Amino acid sequence: MNDINALSFEDAYKALQETVEQLESGELPLNEAMTLYERGKALAARCQQLLTAAELRVQQLNET
Amino acid sequence: MNTFRVKELNAYVRDLLESDGVLQDVWVTGEISNFKRANSGYLYFSLKDAEAQLRCAAFRRLSNGEQLRDGLQVQARGRVSLYEVRGEYQLYVEEVQLLNSAGDLYVQLEALKQRLAAEGLFDEARKRPLPPFPRRIGVVTSPTAAAFQDVQNVLKRRYPLVELVLSPTLVQGADAPPRIVRALERLYERDDLDALLLCRGGGSSEDLWCFNDERIVRTLARSPFPTVSAVGHEIDFTLVDFVADVRAPTPSAGAELLTPNGAELLTDVRYLDSALDESIAALFSRKHDALARSMRSLARLSPMRSLQDQRQRVDDLQERATRLLYGRIKQAQERVAAQRKALEAANPFNLLSRGYAIVTRTHDNAPVTSRKDAPVGTAVKIRLRGDTLAARIEEESTNERYKRTLL
Repeated sequence: MNDINALSFEDAYKALQETVEQLESGELPLNEAMTLYERGKALAARCQQLLTAAELRVQQLNET
Repeated sequence: MNTFRVKELNAYVRDLLESDGVLQDVWVTGEISNFKRANSGYLYFSLKDAEAQLRCAAFRRLSNGEQLRDGLQVQARGRVSLYEVRGEYQLYVEEVQLLNSAGDLYVQLEALKQRLAAEGLFDEARKRPLPPFPRRIGVVTSPTAAAFQDVQNVLKRRYPLVELVLSPTLVQGADAPPRIVRALERLYERDDLDALLLCRGGGSSEDLWCFNDERIVRTLARSPFPTVSAVGHEIDFTLVDFVADVRAPTPSAGAELLTPNGAELLTDVRYLDSALDESIAALFSRKHDALARSMRSLARLSPMRSLQDQRQRVDDLQERATRLLYGRIKQAQERVAAQRKALEAANPFNLLSRGYAIVTRTHDNAPVTSRKDAPVGTAVKIRLRGDTLAARIEEESTNERYKRTLL
């Protein structure tokens, strides 16, 4: 799950969409489904955290 | 208080305007925009400056009418009145003077535009799509201008995940073009940007003129990142708008075009989050149902079940046997009772109770059934119900006559 907290929003969001699709797509063995579910929950939390906690950063270059 | 019909009120306001001495002959300075030449030969346009606009109509043939076009700085003379049909007040133009040599500039601009277009710099095929989730956006503008503040405000609200890299520059005046070119080039040296925004707030066409500079246009054309131009307002067009991958009407709109809507994303993420819960719950429920079905099948196949069946049959049979047996016993009892009754009916001693008697010889207990069994003098016993009498035959009598009759 540590890798999830290093994901960019775009990557986490795409991974979340894929996870939901996989989970909804069919009859997975229960243990696989549980693994996917836990990963999806962590991805959703990562996305929400990024969206709600972000503060706009501004970097100003020197005018040479 | 008066109540007017619309037409009446417009007529009243028109009279008011036309009765004002100042308004009947004024000079107004501004830039021509929304210029239209009607088939009737009449000219319609707006005069604008940085703050405001004024509707104008020229019904009189103007000496320089052929030269007029959007973007020209002019001084117009006319009278102010109201066009009642629309309720719009406007300047009825009598005369127009061109200011400076802007006309020449426009001719040059048009020539430059044609040349760059011919080179293919404005081709649709060159346009690149903007990244859907930019992480870092380069911004070329003045750090003190309202435009940059607008951009930051939009992004703070909309998609604060992004980082801005501001490359500051002058955005107005003769010195601006080389400064803007350098500001762009400073960003081109980086490899961590996803897009680039070149922006400036509203102003007169002279203020925005530097964005028509060939050096800027060519520099923007070779940007390694997708570009958005956002110079002035909706109605302002400069050459950077043609060369940028996307043209935004204002800096705020540029910031919106460059970023996804964070609020929508948050809604979508929450939806996906609950979709996870729902699909795992549905999966559990399906597994549970399947388990229950298996349990039922198993129960049907179990030997316990047939054992139970057998036991029940034994119980049934036992009960039936018991019922049958009791039936038989009862039948037998009834039969015995009936036979006893019949026997009793046949018992000769029962006749005695109805007055009959049994006569036997005393010496050998032989029954006396005819006259010959007991000649006169024979001792007999007469058995009555309960008692026995001892007697002796004294006389014989026959029913000879009767007998004969019978014979």
